[in-house]
Amino acid sequence: MDTRRGALAVPKVRRVGFFTPTEPPPESSQRPNRSQSGPVEATTSSSPLSDSPSGNLISPVLIPPSRHHSDNLTSHAAAPVPVPGPAAFRRYLAHDRSLHVGSYNAPDSLLGTSPPSSNGEFSEDSVSLFGFQRSDSTKLSASFPNGGFDLTLAVRAPQESETIIETASASEGKKKIAEVSGKSESVTTKPQKEKEPKSLKDKTTKAERRAIQEAQRAAKAAAKGEGKRHADESVEANPGKAAKKPQPKKERPPISSSVSEKTAVAVEKEKRMDVPQTQMQYDDKSRVDKAKRRAVVEQTETKNKVELFLHLPQYERGSQLPNLSSNFFTLDTIHHAVYKVGLQHLAGDISGDNARCIAMLQAFEEAIKDYTTPPMKDLTMDLTTKINGYVSFLIECRPLSMSMGNAIRFLKNQIRKLPVNLSEPEAKASLCSDIGRFIDEKIILSDKVIVQHAVSKIRDGEVLLTYGFSCVVEMILLYAHEIGKKFRVVIVDARPNLEGKKLLRRLVSRGLDCTYTHINAISYIMREATRVFLGASSIFSNGTLYSKVGTACVAMVANAFSVPVIVCCEAYKFHERVLLDSICSNELGDPDAVANIPSFSTKAKQSKMMDNNKNLQFLNLMYDSTPSEYISMIVSDYGMIPPTSIPVIVREYRRENLLL
Amino acid sequence: MPDVQSMVAEFVNKLRKRKIEGSQATAKCTVELLRSVISHQRVPHANQAAALIDAVKAVGQQLVAANPVELAVGNVVRRVLHIIREEDLSLTTAAMAGLDLLDASDDDDIDNCKGIGYPAMSAAVVAAAARSTLRPPSLQTLLEGTPESATVPYTSSSGADSESKSKSADKSSLTRKLKHDVIEGVNQLIQEISGCHEQIAEQAIEHIHQNEVILTLGSSRTVLEFLCAAKEKKRSFRVFVAEGAPRYQGHLLAKELVARGLQTTVITDSAVFAMISRVNMVIIGAHAVMANGGVIGPVGVNMAALAAKKHAVPFVVLAGSHKLCPLYPHNPEVLLNELRSPSELLDFGEFSDCLDFGAGSGSLQVVNPTFDYVPPNLVSLFITDTGGHNPSYMYRLIADYYSADDLVM
Repeated sequence: MDTRRGALAVPKVRRVGFFTPTEPPPESSQRPNRSQSGPVEATTSSSPLSDSPSGNLISPVLIPPSRHHSDNLTSHAAAPVPVPGPAAFRRYLAHDRSLHVGSYNAPDSLLGTSPPSSNGEFSEDSVSLFGFQRSDSTKLSASFPNGGFDLTLAVRAPQESETIIETASASEGKKKIAEVSGKSESVTTKPQKEKEPKSLKDKTTKAERRAIQEAQRAAKAAAKGEGKRHADESVEANPGKAAKKPQPKKERPPISSSVSEKTAVAVEKEKRMDVPQTQMQYDDKSRVDKAKRRAVVEQTETKNKVELFLHLPQYERGSQLPNLSSNFFTLDTIHHAVYKVGLQHLAGDISGDNARCIAMLQAFEEAIKDYTTPPMKDLTMDLTTKINGYVSFLIECRPLSMSMGNAIRFLKNQIRKLPVNLSEPEAKASLCSDIGRFIDEKIILSDKVIVQHAVSKIRDGEVLLTYGFSCVVEMILLYAHEIGKKFRVVIVDARPNLEGKKLLRRLVSRGLDCTYTHINAISYIMREATRVFLGASSIFSNGTLYSKVGTACVAMVANAFSVPVIVCCEAYKFHERVLLDSICSNELGDPDAVANIPSFSTKAKQSKMMDNNKNLQFLNLMYDSTPSEYISMIVSDYGMIPPTSIPVIVREYRRENLLL
Repeated sequence: MPDVQSMVAEFVNKLRKRKIEGSQATAKCTVELLRSVISHQRVPHANQAAALIDAVKAVGQQLVAANPVELAVGNVVRRVLHIIREEDLSLTTAAMAGLDLLDASDDDDIDNCKGIGYPAMSAAVVAAAARSTLRPPSLQTLLEGTPESATVPYTSSSGADSESKSKSADKSSLTRKLKHDVIEGVNQLIQEISGCHEQIAEQAIEHIHQNEVILTLGSSRTVLEFLCAAKEKKRSFRVFVAEGAPRYQGHLLAKELVARGLQTTVITDSAVFAMISRVNMVIIGAHAVMANGGVIGPVGVNMAALAAKKHAVPFVVLAGSHKLCPLYPHNPEVLLNELRSPSELLDFGEFSDCLDFGAGSGSLQVVNPTFDYVPPNLVSLFITDTGGHNPSYMYRLIADYYSADDLVM
């Protein structure tokens, strides 16, 4: 996986390199514009009008990017940044500029501050459901006028530094979109660049007439636009990727209405490309070999693999663990906390997506605390490579779940966004607080929100069916019991993990009425059930639920018996990927776990003997994907939504960085 | 005949304690028991068929009561009853034919016109009896109307009796003949039951092609033979076997398949849905097939059938003729099911520590059913020893094997 990422990154850099030489001149030309900030801004503000309708066309749900013009302006201004030069200097420039912009934009930003009220019609439901967003936006808005102070503030309060800086650089907001929409656009839209100046001039005259309308739009967009800024900033912050900055310029095309549709499509494409491929294909010999050479964990591949799943890694279990744990004190490349978590994953001591994710993040936090930037190296760069190393180690131990992938992306994003002027301890503190915030808000808090929502769907006398063990579902059931609802729980379990027993134990000891059965009996027990609650490992943007194997069976049978299926999933587990079946992307568990049958010890021995037989294989799938038509409702921290809304949430909130 | 009584008692005991597993084994034992019951049954001069039927019915009721879920027992008892009736009928018709030869062949015409003469009357009874066994109806019998056919079931045997009374001269030879014929018939049935695997397996080659991927679950000898037959014909294909927790019969099947050189993969039951999209065909062995075309099979079958339906994968059920049950199911998931010991799911006392019996709150039930019911609309094809059939055709196939007055025992 890591290798994969690296491979992806390379072309980016290359492309950037290709473009950078062309960039500098426009940048210089922009600067003058900057100085006449007043009029220019007006012109830019007019552009969004033309822009927005097209945006609406593409997706009615999308909030029109009203900020674009101003952002674009700033982006022009920012364009110089990519110019090869000392990173620090560049950054300084950028900040300076952003300060100016902030003050210029004051009216705009004020409008932006109001979003909660003006936004209402647009995104009320989603926004109101999610507390974080609002707080974020208000904070941002508050900081807008004070743009000038941001640097000092950042120094004082490293935690908030990023957000403040972002607000300060509000002008650059638009850039994020460009960043997101990425290179494809930049390649395709060269001619448009040339047009831009013209269009700008044309619109200056109209600007005043439309000022009011624009202002309204800007207000709406403001909330969303801010999120995007994060992305832009991250580009800036990362000197290695500074080359990318040219893209913001290309982004301008949105200004001309004709281009806007195209760009929107391009944005989508970009996004798709942006999604890191999470799994290495293990039937690719050369890559596997390469990965092996670098591997910390020496794993032997199982011999007798199922042909359909040759593309997934499968290792012999148990042999390497003692060896690894003895290495614990002779670590050089891997931080001990990460190492510990890796071993825990390997041994299966930590299971469950949330638990694994939290453990990983905490290990990273510790590793970051102990981190010191080697001399002559840049913190952002070096830390990223370090984290990459950790991640690939973790993958060697056990393939990452989708949610962990999301969390890692968040962390890397935060690192990339670190302002250059931060001193090392500050940067580290900021990262640690980010990680803490992620765990608190995205996992713990959102679980609480989910529980509140889901409990409202439980009525007295119901029979709730759940499958396996999901900590959110457990919290829901316990909470519902606590507040005095009378219901019965059916726990459906499956071999070989039998996680349901854990849930059964916890529920029974709290005094809930439980029925326990195996998944084979699902159609027997389903007639009693009135609701099905399921946990999730991830939900993909085509509405496919990716969860513990067997979930699909339960959902299917529930559907056949017309029992509503409610999936409980934190929003950070939403993923832009799409998935149709359970074969292409999955994880293989220990085949011996399937081969060993508890009750017949003698027969189990026999099967051990049979292991050598080439014709007999045991397949221990870990996940399966449930088609969205079986899902009645998804309870997430954004509220209760149908599976068709997943792509919308992913699109809107990811772009704003609120999702991560 | 104390020995028969004790044999019956012993078998009932076995059934009650579920010592005999599998419908084929049960069916075989049942037929053999019934054969000895018949051979030991002393037959009166008059009304011998009725005597045999009563004796078999009496034993059959005990057996069915011992394990009402094992439908094969009831099926076999009904089959034996049917054989007795058939033999009786054929003997009477033979006797009638002898009589009729004396009379003019006009009898036929008279019969057809519903003549009232005594010989004609008995011929009508024979014809009605023949109809009652669901021979292919002629246009005429269809036109004759319902009232007669309704009375037929009762007249068939009694009519034969009256016949036999009047012709007591032939009786002594007839008596022995009937018993002999019945035992012949039962022997044939035994052969049929033990040979059904081969008959079904012969058809394997028609249904399995090269490189096929087949999913099966539960342990069924019929399926095993079916797959191996295809393997012997040099077809190479892959088999996925769901393990069938908590009884793990899939492991047994997998082992046998591997021993015979088939490419076998054992999957967990929960992975059925995940794998079904790559499966070409689902083949299962039925526990029983109901008259409506519904199937009772090992637990988990309904899930597989639903998944197969969703992915448009053919769902094929193999069933020997002794599994065809003439009853229409009502709520079969519950009424034709059996809950096994919870200890297969949870060890004894595993949760006693966290259950608070004193407080009275919190309870723990463990559900471990044995069978699953698949409604006919999920089944693509039945393969029996007589060939492949649609679910909607099963009622008709079943009618060939049973006589209508035995349905309720």
